[in-house]
Amino acid sequence: MTTLPTSTDRKLGLVIDLDTCVGCHACVISCKGWNTENYGAPLSDQRPYGTEPMGTFLNRVHSYEVQPEAGSAQTVHFPKSCLHCEDAPCVTVCPTGASYKRVEDGIVLVNEDSCIGCGLCAWACPYGARELDQAEGVMKKCTLCVDRIYNENLPEEDQIPSCVRTCPAGARHFGDLGDPNSDVSQLVESRGGFDLMPEMGTKPVNKYLPPRLKDSWDDQSLLAPMLEPVADESRGFLSWLDKTLDKIPGGSA
Amino acid sequence: MHPAPSVIIFSTLSGLGFGLLFWLGIDPSPPTGMTGFIFFAIAYALAVGGLLSSTFHLGHPERAWRAFSQWRTSWLSREGVCAVGALCILGLYAAALVFLNIHIAFLGWIGAALSVATVFTTSMIYGQLATVPRWKTPLTPALYLTFSLAGGALLSGRTTIAIALLLFAAAVQLAWWQRGDKALANSGTDLGTATGLGDRGTVRSIAHPHTSPNYLMKEFVYVIGRKHAMKLRVIAFGLTFALPLILLLLPFSHIFAALAVLSHIAGVATSRWLFFAEAEHVVGLYYGMR
Ligand code: SF4
Ligand code: SF4
Ligand code: SF4
Repeated sequence: MTTLPTSTDRKLGLVIDLDTCVGCHACVISCKGWNTENYGAPLSDQRPYGTEPMGTFLNRVHSYEVQPEAGSAQTVHFPKSCLHCEDAPCVTVCPTGASYKRVEDGIVLVNEDSCIGCGLCAWACPYGARELDQAEGVMKKCTLCVDRIYNENLPEEDQIPSCVRTCPAGARHFGDLGDPNSDVSQLVESRGGFDLMPEMGTKPVNKYLPPRLKDSWDDQSLLAPMLEPVADESRGFLSWLDKTLDKIPGGSA
Repeated sequence: MHPAPSVIIFSTLSGLGFGLLFWLGIDPSPPTGMTGFIFFAIAYALAVGGLLSSTFHLGHPERAWRAFSQWRTSWLSREGVCAVGALCILGLYAAALVFLNIHIAFLGWIGAALSVATVFTTSMIYGQLATVPRWKTPLTPALYLTFSLAGGALLSGRTTIAIALLLFAAAVQLAWWQRGDKALANSGTDLGTATGLGDRGTVRSIAHPHTSPNYLMKEFVYVIGRKHAMKLRVIAFGLTFALPLILLLLPFSHIFAALAVLSHIAGVATSRWLFFAEAEHVVGLYYGMR
């Protein structure tokens, strides 16, 4: 059913910290690894070892440079997957009802048995979060690892999305963004989390945390004073040895 | 946007087919017998041929029937419903005319309305996409409707109406191009809003997530055609409007009429190619492209 729910009981989603992401792409690989052998059709690759390799991924990491008016540029690594939008335009355009948003937790999913692979939902998504699998001819997108987060066969620490579990920098957080008291909501609150392309009116559930401002070229290190020489004149046995050795002819420093 | 041949053929041929069906439907004295058969055969060949071609770009054409279900929200679904409705109703209307020599006017009117609705719903698939600022304008349905009605009038031999509608469609086309060239810049969406980092400085893409183009780049970042866009616009405009208008204004001859139709079809196809090839999808911004 492609009519969007007016509200969802929970708003499960991700919070991505652009300050700590190091751009290692581990989440990309773990996402592909988990999702190619679980929910729905596998994530195919085309010419994986040939020229112009291409494949289906549900999560991708871009890298940007931000150049402020004054001061040094900053590199920002930028993971991007489905934002599980509240007003998801990808859902309403779907002619078959394959795309839907769940009332219980707000996750946006594709029922691959109904998908005709028209691609219209990918056209409607501003974020490039949907990719048509070239082998299966059906639409693939982030499932928020719906087959992990409710999976009681997994150890408790694994009942979170694969990308969150894997991230070595702790740059990805998972939780209920509809509950103002949840850890993720608190994090968004304290760090000034923001939406991507708010002008599109999609109301993304996923939030991004801004990179913290870095030092400027002119900043002094806090440690600099501690590196000042503590004595101008050397003294003691080593000083005597140094001077004596200097006097012996031959060799040079 | 990638200009998929199947989609261009579909929108060109179906637009003309439903345009012709519209005029046949509202005609107070429609052609009957053999003449009627030929007119309806051409209209159905165009409309149905176009619809069939559009299923070629589907990943699972065998499930296409499911696309009739979500008419509450999806313009693509509404298009399917309207198209099948128009074709069924006008099928009855045509059969009565061709075989029984009976003109069931009200069927014609309903079929004509559904034909226009089909073209309108097609245009709204594009016209409502906020992700492609060049398309998101009421001028898009205006463009599709005027093209379809002008083409239908031309095909059905309504010279005076065709001349008027061709002139009107030409004006809409120029206005659409004019607006479209500024649409992305005016939309307010750029790499700054896409990344949310725009208020900190100028954002520049320094590394794509992958080393060679993926589905998104192939489908949405089509830049090959833009180099010749201006020349192609001139060609499209000449073939769709200028040449058919000149041919229509010359003393009538069947050769000129046929040439006018062929020129118009080639022109509409060129215009539709540009419709896709020139359109920028905002996802290109994430790749530092448009
Ligand atoms: S990010 Fe794209 S695919 Fe995901 S819900 Fe939003 S519009 Fe749909
Ligand atoms: S590709 Fe599949 S999920 Fe997407 S709009 Fe078409 S039918 Fe719906
Ligand atoms: S939540 Fe799961 S499917 Fe979504 S990006 Fe992370 S690993 Fe991939």
